[in-house]
Amino acid sequence: MAKKLVEVKNLQKHFDVGKGKKLKAVNDISFDVYEGETLGLVGESGCGKSTTGRTIIRLYEATSGEVVFRGDNVHKIKGKKVKEFNRRMQMIFQDPYASLNPRMAVEDIIAEGMDIHGIYQGKERTKRVHELLETVGLNSEHATRFPHEFSGGQRQRIGIARALAVDPEFIIADEPISALDVSIQAQVVNLMKDLQKDHGLTYLFIAHDLSMVKHISDRIGVMYLGGLMELADSEDLYKEPLHPYTKALLSSIPIPDPQKEEERKRTILSGDVPSPIDPPSGCPFRTRCPDAMDVCAKERPVWQEARPNHYVACHLYE
Amino acid sequence: MGQALLEINELAVSFSTQGGEVQAVRGVTFAVEKGETVAIVGESGCGKSVTAQSIMRLIPEPPGRIKNGTIHMNGKDLASLSEKQMRGVRGKQIGMIFQDPMTSLNPTLKVGDQLTEGILVHQKISKNEAKQEAINLLNLVGIANPEERLNQYPHQFSGGMRQRLMIAMALMCKPELLIADEPTTALDVTIQAQIIDLFKEIQRKTGVAIIIITHDLGVVAQIADRINVMYAGEIVETGTVKEIFYDPQHPYTRGLLDSVPRLDGDRTQKLIPIVGSPPDLFSPPEGCAFAARCDYAMDVCLSHDPEHTKLTDHHYTKCWLQDKRAQKPF
Repeated sequence: MAKKLVEVKNLQKHFDVGKGKKLKAVNDISFDVYEGETLGLVGESGCGKSTTGRTIIRLYEATSGEVVFRGDNVHKIKGKKVKEFNRRMQMIFQDPYASLNPRMAVEDIIAEGMDIHGIYQGKERTKRVHELLETVGLNSEHATRFPHEFSGGQRQRIGIARALAVDPEFIIADEPISALDVSIQAQVVNLMKDLQKDHGLTYLFIAHDLSMVKHISDRIGVMYLGGLMELADSEDLYKEPLHPYTKALLSSIPIPDPQKEEERKRTILSGDVPSPIDPPSGCPFRTRCPDAMDVCAKERPVWQEARPNHYVACHLYE
Repeated sequence: MGQALLEINELAVSFSTQGGEVQAVRGVTFAVEKGETVAIVGESGCGKSVTAQSIMRLIPEPPGRIKNGTIHMNGKDLASLSEKQMRGVRGKQIGMIFQDPMTSLNPTLKVGDQLTEGILVHQKISKNEAKQEAINLLNLVGIANPEERLNQYPHQFSGGMRQRLMIAMALMCKPELLIADEPTTALDVTIQAQIIDLFKEIQRKTGVAIIIITHDLGVVAQIADRINVMYAGEIVETGTVKEIFYDPQHPYTRGLLDSVPRLDGDRTQKLIPIVGSPPDLFSPPEGCAFAARCDYAMDVCLSHDPEHTKLTDHHYTKCWLQDKRAQKPF
């Protein structure tokens, strides 16, 4: 088995929303990320997947629990080590329009990290920027241009080049393709896969599009209302989902094949996702769950390994 | 077949900007029969939304302009109606649903007032009757406690519920045609599944024809009878759902289908992206607009615009590969 690169242990991130109320965006989740793998994190809006990513990279401080990266507790790193940590863990953001400074030339956007860390200077810096541009499928002439001169797909490539600039080991990609057109999405996903192979990168791939996540990820975690519901190998999760939410999620994703769509039996969930400020007692999914039992309202299900390497939090499997 | 409900012929829409004229829609022709669902698919900037907005005459003029073409609804040309006459069509004969249910409702008005506004303008009925109709429709679109809900404001509804409200509002005057512009794009998948089912149910119960605009091929596979594939302001291929999914003839349609991963697909298989990006519609290329990105492009594609070729009664494609002299690559 590969080595653990990141260990997330009982991570919680709560936000104060006034009047003494707390929004439990991430509520006690634990998982590991292994070296060289892509771990996909899926869920609907507001399930806490982005907050999880942002807390792991320390854009947010954790409320409780810890994130261990190569043996160090991310939220306890101090002094010079912070810079080193920032170099090794990088992030790619969702919106390629908002995540690039419109007043900076592409060259300076990509090199900003290198400048901060004092790696590659002078001629080397230019050479490195040109190399990176080529790596992500742009060319060196693009270095002096500004973000508004690029399309969405090209901007996302610039964002990827920026993340790669400091030779990271671990990249958190937060919905990196959801703002792009389908034909462009495939370009960016293929690029990310190639880069992973060439640079030995580890990805945490956060997205709501389960078909794309399944395509890119080795393992997938499913989140709902701040909790991790299920985590398994991509194929296992698709072929043998255990949690009723995962089942419903899989069945609501349309397949671009009319014949299959006609034959498919679908479970359509009723109702909406409850508010994370006042979540249901016990299991967060019980209000929409077709298999809910009495115990689901009383106790929160335990996170357990129901099958080998297949984790689930559901009373049906206790 | 008889007369189609909606017939669009050679529609061309342009926008004048500082940089010149953007030819957003360049000669679109298609028809919608009573009670069927026609999908328009394509990527951003392909002109699918502009086409839909032109039917409703919602293109801001200026800078926009319907340069050419006719839009016949029940035999009447909408493109030549005055603004005043058009008001009698909007909301009454054609209902429209927009992408973002958050911004298409007025946050300061009670939901009930917004629902009944249209019907009170179009039909001579009392406020009470209008309210009753609104309650019926809220029941139809699956909103519980309709009487109570009518007195609430949009912020008291979730995203999926707001989209249900939009659908109810669009159906108030019993239109014959419903235009839905990316109706599920802003919604989560489990809610999207609910809304797609709702569209099907409404069509079964009311017989309304639907034009659905989307970039999601999965949604199309679930809901559409026929599909128009748009690229750079033109329909490059049109056919029944099965023809488009199982026998696509335009390289762009094939490219679209190959570039999306399928939930039931094989992970080890690489996605096949379409290289490059769409052309600039300030000065569309002389030949086929897709030629620059097409794996099968021939010399003729760069210089001459292809004609539409009829393959079956419903299946047409605009591609030189259909010419007798071309070698069939697939």
